[in-house]
Amino acid sequence: MMEWMKTTIVPHFNFWIYVVIMMLGLWAAIGKNNLIKKLIGLSIFQTAILLLYVSMGVKEGASIPIVDETMGEAAVDFMAQGGGGAGATAFPINPDLFANPLPHVLMLTAIVVGVATLGVALALCQVIFRDFGTLEEPEILNQIKTIQDDV
Amino acid sequence: MSEHLPVIVVLAPLFGAVIVGFFGSRDRRLCFPIALTALALSFICSIGVVHHVATVGAWDYFVGGWESPHGVGIQLRADGVNSLLLLAIAVVALLALVYSIRQDGEKDAEKSPFFYVLFLLLCVGLFGITITGDAFNVYVLIEITALTSYGLVAMGSSRRSRVAAFQYLVIGTVGASFYLIGVGYLYLAVGSLNMADIRAILAANPEIANSRIVGTALVFILLGVWTKMSLFPLHGWLPNAYSYCPSGSANLMAPLVTKVSVYVMIRILFSVFGLGVITENPGWSELVVLIAVGSIVAGSVMALTQREIKKMLCCLIVAEVGYMVGGTWLGDAGRWGLTGSMYHILADAMMTSCLFLAAGVFAKQFGATRLEHLSGLFRRSPWVAGAFTLGGLAMIGVPPMCGFFSKFYLIRGAIESGHWLYIVALLGSSLVNAILFFRIFEIAYFGEVPESSEPFEPSEGEGATPRRYAVWRTAPLLIAAALTLLLGIFNRPVIDLIRGTVVENTGIVSMEE
Amino acid sequence: MQKLFATIAVIITGAILLNAVEDFPRFGDPHSPPNSGVSGGSVSSSVHYLQNTYLDTRVPNVVTAVLADYRGYDTLFETAVILTAGIAVFAILRVVRREDEEESAGSEEKACSGEFSTSDSDGEGRHRVVVGTTCRVVVPLAQLFGFYIIAHGHPSPGGGFQGGVVLGTSFILIALAAGLGSALGRLREDMYLRLACLGVFIYAGIGLLSLFFRRNFLDYGALSGLLQTGGEEMARSHGIFGVELGVAMTVTTVMFALFANLSTRGELKGGL
Repeated sequence: MMEWMKTTIVPHFNFWIYVVIMMLGLWAAIGKNNLIKKLIGLSIFQTAILLLYVSMGVKEGASIPIVDETMGEAAVDFMAQGGGGAGATAFPINPDLFANPLPHVLMLTAIVVGVATLGVALALCQVIFRDFGTLEEPEILNQIKTIQDDV
Repeated sequence: MSEHLPVIVVLAPLFGAVIVGFFGSRDRRLCFPIALTALALSFICSIGVVHHVATVGAWDYFVGGWESPHGVGIQLRADGVNSLLLLAIAVVALLALVYSIRQDGEKDAEKSPFFYVLFLLLCVGLFGITITGDAFNVYVLIEITALTSYGLVAMGSSRRSRVAAFQYLVIGTVGASFYLIGVGYLYLAVGSLNMADIRAILAANPEIANSRIVGTALVFILLGVWTKMSLFPLHGWLPNAYSYCPSGSANLMAPLVTKVSVYVMIRILFSVFGLGVITENPGWSELVVLIAVGSIVAGSVMALTQREIKKMLCCLIVAEVGYMVGGTWLGDAGRWGLTGSMYHILADAMMTSCLFLAAGVFAKQFGATRLEHLSGLFRRSPWVAGAFTLGGLAMIGVPPMCGFFSKFYLIRGAIESGHWLYIVALLGSSLVNAILFFRIFEIAYFGEVPESSEPFEPSEGEGATPRRYAVWRTAPLLIAAALTLLLGIFNRPVIDLIRGTVVENTGIVSMEE
Repeated sequence: MQKLFATIAVIITGAILLNAVEDFPRFGDPHSPPNSGVSGGSVSSSVHYLQNTYLDTRVPNVVTAVLADYRGYDTLFETAVILTAGIAVFAILRVVRREDEEESAGSEEKACSGEFSTSDSDGEGRHRVVVGTTCRVVVPLAQLFGFYIIAHGHPSPGGGFQGGVVLGTSFILIALAAGLGSALGRLREDMYLRLACLGVFIYAGIGLLSLFFRRNFLDYGALSGLLQTGGEEMARSHGIFGVELGVAMTVTTVMFALFANLSTRGELKGGL
């Protein structure tokens, strides 16, 4: 049991955490009856995916991905020798010391998409409340069944 | 400018949307001409792309000029699989736009500039998904398509539109997020987001290709895409969403959004994982074909029970998606199932466009939303009835309409791979389509014309159509019906273009019929 | 019943997701496939970004450079997503009044615009003194901070999205302190819808300019002749900045639009 925990959970604890959070969000999105609670579940679900991507880009002992000529002796020398311009060779830094920038870029996009979806969903909830007077899904479906065909 | 055609196809509606948003609220009469110009430009550029692919070959375009190393920038790729779909999207979008011309004095006319903005942004999303070669870019464009669809569905006039839009939103977001998880797992295993690059890495490292991460990635990408294309049992959002949205947007969304999701599935299988996934795992192939058969049966049965025209057509969409998914996963050696699926994407887009345009014309000009209201249609308007008949015959699969040829190739693939259940389902659903449409033909041709033969004035809804706009609404319907016929008659060049790419990429020995 | 179905779905999905967990790279591993690439494909893009961004674009912040230059095509559509949200909320929620009602509504709004008046139509005078005075101090600083974040996207963490949200928040603060009418007086409804579209137009327009110089879309290096910079790298840096401005414009206006519509249920009167 301890062995299994050591090999499976501890080195991959970020994945276990994100799966648990994601499943909580998915349960709320499917299982709850109130529209706002569904949206909260959806929000939690999307946040867990952010955790997945960002935790993929972590490097032990790395710092933020800001790279310029002040990053160490070799870099200063490189720039002083006129390094740069089209076709130059790569900047002499050790990539292991900087966090992976790509997951951060992708997740900026995902955060924005999540906010946009939440905004549209809340607007829909307000209009539904204005039309039906309730935000509980069974009651709304009941009211729909009883109104005449008004296509 | 002609070396930038792939990106202009996507940019023209984007600029159109922004310009309509900027100037539209001041002068509403500008919206329609701007939108028409933008989509016409996309149409011309997509013809150019098809011509290039047919004569020269696949077209790779690197946005930002970041060509090497491969995968640093975002790559657009046009080949035989997607260039024809670009053209189909442009044609269907143009027809839907011409149909949706709004007259002043209609209810909520102040919001009509924003209808056009959402319409054009939806076109941007569809074009973008079709032409991109980067897995994460597909997610962003899926979300544009989805958000604009939620807005367009919610603009419907019935109270049920908003509830339908909300349900669509929850299911659609979960589906897109599953796709994102799949891409995340793939990135975790492979380290790249460019489709061609991922394919190369998977081919060079079989232990990664067979690992559980990649398998799980494929499962989640498929789940996400199946939700978006409303494959049974994930189809719950479709009938409500497309029935209660305004007809102008139904004509754009119903033919295209699900078909583009089918294209994404084919592209992922074809260019990222490789078709070996299907041929080397016959167990999974059987399972997916079974799900597809379930979708065909469910769609056909649901369509039989519907009395409203639009809901019936929506249930037929679920069945058509089943054809395409099943055809792709048949796994026959000659790849006729895959070719049939790709041809069926184009054919189904045209057929569905024709039928939804007809349903819109019925509702607007005759106030007919249920089957009974269509009685005597042929005598009231023979052109509209004729166009609807052509669309119906295509759905049934009568030669020389395009529906016949797609079923022909799908059945051929199924015979070669031995999936008899699929063949039975296909033929069975053709029979069900025949029952459905001949029922309508009977009412339309032999029914009695109702006593009041003036244009019907519905009490709630989008208002009656004055005579001068009737032409704008009927012309797209006639064009769509004609294109359905032409796509069937000229199916050889289309099939040859598709087969060219399929053969090139999967190494089948001969292209013989 | 629904909860049972949800539980089953969640357990199955969680099991499929966790099934592959043993194959995952260790948390924090600098040589995992995303961080260092896999043999058989081209060079890992992450390593390429870290090593070449400063040379290609003279932008120290690698995330901003990747967001706005290497993967600028994605960011263009992300900005379009924000625009879509603003337009969709307007299309769904906004209660459009007929012209005669609009005039009376307009005059009411003009009455409370112009300054941080402490008396509002609801008469909660005392509340507004505290909030109003605080906001009078905070809002200019918040706006300055927002512009700083946008401008400093290059050398430090920041950029168009982040700065745009802070700027949008400053308008929301005005609305909270002095009533929505006051904020709308500063940023009228037709203005903010137009500015949102203008933001996307700026972004796509900068990319389109490269087409006229016979380079690919969003290749900012093509602008080096137009901007009179020495080499292509500085042109890319300026291109990234211009694009971030467009993004900030759209984000600011849509944040405020979302607040204005959602807090007043589409009527743009009254509110929090």
